[in-house]
Amino acid sequence: MSRIGVFICWCGENIARTVDVDALAQEVSKFPGVRCAMNYKYVCSDPGQALVREKIAAEKLDAVVIASCSPHMHLKTFRRAAQLAGLNPYKVEMANIREHCSWVHHDRAKATAKAASLIRLSVEKARLDHELQPIRVPVTRRALVIGGGVAGIQAALDIADAGYEVVMVEREPSIGGKMAGLSETFPTLDCSQCILTPRMVEVGQHPRIKLYSYSEVERVEGYIGNFTITIRQKARYVDISKCTGCGDCWSVCPLKRNKSEFDYGMGVRASIYVPFPQAVPARPVIDAKTCAKIIRNGCGLCEKKCKAGAINFQDTDKLVEEKVGAVVVATGYKLYDIGEKQDKASLAGYGEYGYGQYKDVIDSLQFERLLSASGPTNGVLKRPSDGAEPKNVVFISCVGSRDNAKGLPYCSKICCMYTAKHAMLYKHKVHDGQAHVFYMDIRAGGKGYEEFVRRAIEQDGAKYYRGRVSKITQEDGKLVVRGADTLAGVPITVEADLVVLAAAMRPADGVAELAQKLNVGYDEFGFLLESHPKLRPVETNAAGVFVCGACQAPKDIPESVAQASAAASKVAVTFAADELMREPEIAGINEQTCVACYACLRACPYHAIEQAEVRTPRGVFVKHTARVNPGLCMGCGTCVAVCPSKSADLEGFTEQQIYAMVESLV
Amino acid sequence: MNIGYYPGCALHGSSDDYEESLRACLRALDVQLQEIDEWICCGATAAHALNQKLSTALPARNLALAERGGFGEMLAPCPMCSMQLIKAQKALAGNEGLRREMSGIVELEVRGTTRVLNLIQVFEQVGLDRLKAALKSPLKSLSAACYYGCLLTRPPDVVEFDDCEQPRSMEAFLTALGAKTVDWSYRTECCGGGMTLASEETVLDLSHKILSNAAAHGANCLVVACPMCHVNLDMKQPDIERRYGVRHGLVIYYLSDVVGMALGLPESALGINRHFVGKA
Ligand SMILES: Cc1cc2nc3c(=O)[nH]c(=O)nc-3n(C[C@H](O)[C@H](O)[C@H](O)COP(=O)(O)OP(=O)(O)OC[C@H]3O[C@@H](n4cnc5c(N)ncnc54)[C@H](O)[C@@H]3O)c2cc1C
Repeated sequence: MSRIGVFICWCGENIARTVDVDALAQEVSKFPGVRCAMNYKYVCSDPGQALVREKIAAEKLDAVVIASCSPHMHLKTFRRAAQLAGLNPYKVEMANIREHCSWVHHDRAKATAKAASLIRLSVEKARLDHELQPIRVPVTRRALVIGGGVAGIQAALDIADAGYEVVMVEREPSIGGKMAGLSETFPTLDCSQCILTPRMVEVGQHPRIKLYSYSEVERVEGYIGNFTITIRQKARYVDISKCTGCGDCWSVCPLKRNKSEFDYGMGVRASIYVPFPQAVPARPVIDAKTCAKIIRNGCGLCEKKCKAGAINFQDTDKLVEEKVGAVVVATGYKLYDIGEKQDKASLAGYGEYGYGQYKDVIDSLQFERLLSASGPTNGVLKRPSDGAEPKNVVFISCVGSRDNAKGLPYCSKICCMYTAKHAMLYKHKVHDGQAHVFYMDIRAGGKGYEEFVRRAIEQDGAKYYRGRVSKITQEDGKLVVRGADTLAGVPITVEADLVVLAAAMRPADGVAELAQKLNVGYDEFGFLLESHPKLRPVETNAAGVFVCGACQAPKDIPESVAQASAAASKVAVTFAADELMREPEIAGINEQTCVACYACLRACPYHAIEQAEVRTPRGVFVKHTARVNPGLCMGCGTCVAVCPSKSADLEGFTEQQIYAMVESLV
Repeated sequence: MNIGYYPGCALHGSSDDYEESLRACLRALDVQLQEIDEWICCGATAAHALNQKLSTALPARNLALAERGGFGEMLAPCPMCSMQLIKAQKALAGNEGLRREMSGIVELEVRGTTRVLNLIQVFEQVGLDRLKAALKSPLKSLSAACYYGCLLTRPPDVVEFDDCEQPRSMEAFLTALGAKTVDWSYRTECCGGGMTLASEETVLDLSHKILSNAAAHGANCLVVACPMCHVNLDMKQPDIERRYGVRHGLVIYYLSDVVGMALGLPESALGINRHFVGKA
């Protein structure tokens, strides 16, 4: 006979208002196997937990049922309490008589009866609970950081400085991300490259950071503490171990007029190129789509010129494997495309702004390049169509963002700030110019942010109109921008020389595929999901995988960096233990009865089941079987449901327990 | 091809040149138009400003008449009419109660099953290939600004036709028929519509901008598919020229005019000789 203690919580008024806790305790104490039943105002409080501990000792309880709130809330609390009193923590069950009962019912008698039934179920389950031990897994103390923008850089440096090795995978030829292309940064207007490039160099030179540039994550296997990552190193056609970065190759390359990705098409580059002078690694890459040698076996000048013999036109993609114990995803963002083609049917594009076909209608990142001292115009403000200095510039915020009709209801958060910055920097370059800003609301929450926007308006004379622009047309070489000033209640027409669209921030291309490889969730817009928006902001639902930066939601540099350090500290916490503990409530396969049909293997969403062989101690083959990898199993129970031979079972929720619970009710 | 035809008031009144043109043109393409028996006003701008129910009931009766006539499709060449008809149709489709109520009011069972087409869509059904095959005299001398006005593509959720800000469906026909089309900025701007009566100045101003922009982009004519636009741009053009002291001299064609011309029909058969602005 079991000796079960039942503790019924009032949860202040939350439960006791609707459930008659005294009558309940009386009734429950009569259930078979229940040694004692009592109620208490807050079982989760210190004295409440002390009561549980005392009773475990005094009554020699062999299982405990707490009837209170959701196990999500307090299961861990009560397991710890039980453990302190010497009871195996997996012999604690909870009956949720708050969310499942008192909060959703009015009738006291019926609610009390239902609470009794819920407790009866948990008592039945507790009778059959096994003593379980947490699973221990070894940890590889090395981290993978995917994406080398400012967030990835920060995370990598923090982890490396904490003493652990880091593998960084960046898909572009250089790390740096968007920040490397920005001009000056709000709210302090420090030069973006000046503050970023030293950090990039640190990554490149750090003894504990191994950088794979121009590479992508191909495959992810394993689980927290023990991931095996396959990395695809894309063919670069330049052996970066031989290359000295002298620059002879790109100066000799005759194909110099390819649109530069780094300048968002505002500048040009050769077919063999370093995306920008401060690139890390400062080694070129050949663009196979335009190189004459690769396309039609022509040219080859760079090879002849290269003294180091680093050019290799026969280069191919290479796959390499790295073992790591934790992963940080920092893949950043891209902008809503202002062109006609959209990558999702739900995005409508902006025909009213000419779908970006007017040469002088550009997006905000392109404008950053025009402002940047290292940009295609060396920081002299020239408009794309004819190189003239624009005297009237219109900035339109919320292009894509906050607009259900265009497909994105969310606020991109940073555009108000960088638009104010743009207006300001423009005025600093063109003293007799006028900036016009059309906005919906000015969202400038942040340290020094509101003051920054006021400066753009008051000191630098930017004209702010609260209203949308309905149409941009081109007339006599001017962009005629028609909109509304809803505060003044008048329509406004501005004849502009340049229009800058603050396009919405969206997650980087390919993030969904990457998330699937990592078993990380993402929202309808593709932003990666944190496991709790408040309390677990950098964790994901995949153990050992963390997120930071703009891949999780639109954010600015300070926030990206803060989040990156948070992710790094979570990695350090993961690596701090000798072994990792995992909950033991996972599936197991009875290898005696398994018929090796592998229905479970196909059904398992976590790829946690493998094909295995049963052999005698001498190594003689007996049979094939399915086997659960305890490191990967998340205890969802899908295998139990599909197993035709009833060989799969789930610890902590065995079939026997479920039958016993059902039988107790009928 | 045999389709229903809802002329609306304009095509039987001020814009009967439009009716003449599209009838002649479609006849040449073997499209038979059958006028809906006993059709009534679509409600246009007046009804929905006054009474929501009326603005659904008027088009609903027309839809019911079309169904009674057994028409799967019906051409409503005036964009205001087609928009009102489609709007009513969509309201009825989503609301069985409204459908029953309207059937009672208009004293005819209305289901809203007839598909309402604008003129461009009828040409799309004929198809570019057939038009090209029937092409007799390519429109080589035309450098056309295709003008959609405000209603042909709007509201986009109602009419669901072409790109509402950057439409190109008319251009496709013009190019196929050998004309040049110009890239210009006022494709979907408002011409002033029915404001003539309330504020003629507004109409003159808006239409003047449209004509100027077309000319500035190298157009020697405009092609429209809306009777109201035609009135403002063609009939009012001399007034515009007087008021702004300019000479536009831009011929305003209906889409069916230019298709008809390409098919070899004489201008008189298309009613082009009745336009106010003739060839320069
Ligand atoms: C116009 C504009 C102006 C701005 N100005 C400011 C400012 O003044 N101040 C400020 O604080 N913030 C500013 N920001 C915001 C700033 O750009 C971002 O906060 C910051 O860049 C986010 O960093 P990140 O590392 O998360 O993303 P990113 O900078 O986007 O970096 C992501 C990196 O990951 C790589 N990557 C993506 N996918 C993969 C993959 N699958 N595998 C491998 N690598 C991958 C990318 O190539 C990139 O290098 C501005 C933004 C814009 C659009």
